[in-house]
Amino acid sequence: MCSLEKRDRLFILKLTGDGEHRLNPNLLDSLRSTINQIRSDPSSSQSVLITTSDGKFFSNGYDLALAESNPSLSVVMDAKLRSLVADLISLPMPTIAAVTGHASAAGCILAMSHDYVLMRRDRGFLYMSELDIELIVPAWFMAVIRGKIGSPAARRDVMLTAAKVTADVGVKMGIVDSAYGSATETVEAAIKLGEEIVQRGGDGHVYGKMRESLLREVLIHTIGEYESGSSVVRSTGSKL
Amino acid sequence: MCTLEKRGDLFHLTLTGDDEHRFHPDTIASVLSLLEQAKSQSTKGSVLITTGHGKFFSNGFDLAWAQSAGHGAIERMHQMVKSFKPVLAALLDLPMPTIAALNGHAAASGLMFALSHDYVFMRKDRGVLYMSEVDIGLPVPDYFSALVVAKVGSGIARRELLLSGKKLKGEDAVALGIVDSAAHDSAEGVVEATVSLGESLAAKKWNGEVYASIRRSLYPELCRMLELTANNLATHNH
Repeated sequence: MCSLEKRDRLFILKLTGDGEHRLNPNLLDSLRSTINQIRSDPSSSQSVLITTSDGKFFSNGYDLALAESNPSLSVVMDAKLRSLVADLISLPMPTIAAVTGHASAAGCILAMSHDYVLMRRDRGFLYMSELDIELIVPAWFMAVIRGKIGSPAARRDVMLTAAKVTADVGVKMGIVDSAYGSATETVEAAIKLGEEIVQRGGDGHVYGKMRESLLREVLIHTIGEYESGSSVVRSTGSKL
Repeated sequence: MCTLEKRGDLFHLTLTGDDEHRFHPDTIASVLSLLEQAKSQSTKGSVLITTGHGKFFSNGFDLAWAQSAGHGAIERMHQMVKSFKPVLAALLDLPMPTIAALNGHAAASGLMFALSHDYVFMRKDRGVLYMSEVDIGLPVPDYFSALVVAKVGSGIARRELLLSGKKLKGEDAVALGIVDSAAHDSAEGVVEATVSLGESLAAKKWNGEVYASIRRSLYPELCRMLELTANNLATHNH
């Protein structure tokens, strides 16, 4: 499902196995509990999270086959991903997605929910596939798109042409921070970036609060209204 | 005044005649009716291309018609501003990709009409974008500003468009991210380029309702102002 490795101050979260890492309820639960584990680690506020994956896919989105066989699970998967994204947004540490495979729809949203997106340029693409497969795009996905893609033309290209965005195009569009020659190079670069960030120091709790206010619109869509100024309604793990 | 023609997958909406194609209650009603027609005839793979004949795409509202009413001028202006909203709403709601092929100048509400399309192509050699309101002392309706904010990303570009009174040529407009292309030296060239884009979009055979729903969700503030309820503007409880 997913594995967690700690390298000094870096938490490396990996979606394991050669499959599509479809965001089914089990994987989502696994990811959330791992994020909670990271959050409650004593060194969390001086650390960095790197999320990556094995194989050809970062994540190919929700488990649509499962949703077809049991429609109530669509709501469940959506709720769990919303919680996961809210957790990532409130996480008291910088987050890096090392995208080493395709990230589609919900999988693309997951990648984009990280502060930095590093991606391989030799293979793989970011793909908001909904237009191509006639799927409704939840309003909260659009809040992430608006929060993370600044240019109206880029948003249009991503959502209204269902563009398969390779790393270099992603860099031009302002979605991807930097592109690398291979999966290995991407992960190495993420680790290097993580180490630089750790070196810079700073308080992860303050960072997390600032990120929450920057992505306030996304939080409102994922977990509902909250009073401005006060902490978002997340259990802050180690603090409580 | 304006015509609608279907050629294959592409609907061609044309503002005809060599005049300024100003928006007047009659033209507004005509355009609205043609857009409704396109909507009712749409199928998977439909695309709309809007263009004009002559020197102007559209030079905005028919101010002369408003002024000819003397004391009733303000009332007529309000009427045009109010009745124009559904035109922009119809474009935002159209169940197919939309492309504006600017044959010439687009000013004020004429520019808003252009910007309400998903893609905007201009000529390189001729034609400007011009928000004339600041020069003629007319306040800009709130839904115009909402459209500019929705479609134009940078603060600088928004200022140049809305507040500077500048006449923006093709290459300026591309550099500011206001239009998608200003690469062609003739009206025919622009139309050809938009047809080419239109055909590649048509080939995707997208479901128009899904397309329109995603488009609306890209511009929630604007849709609210145009009184368009986006399907997915429900809260997280869906």
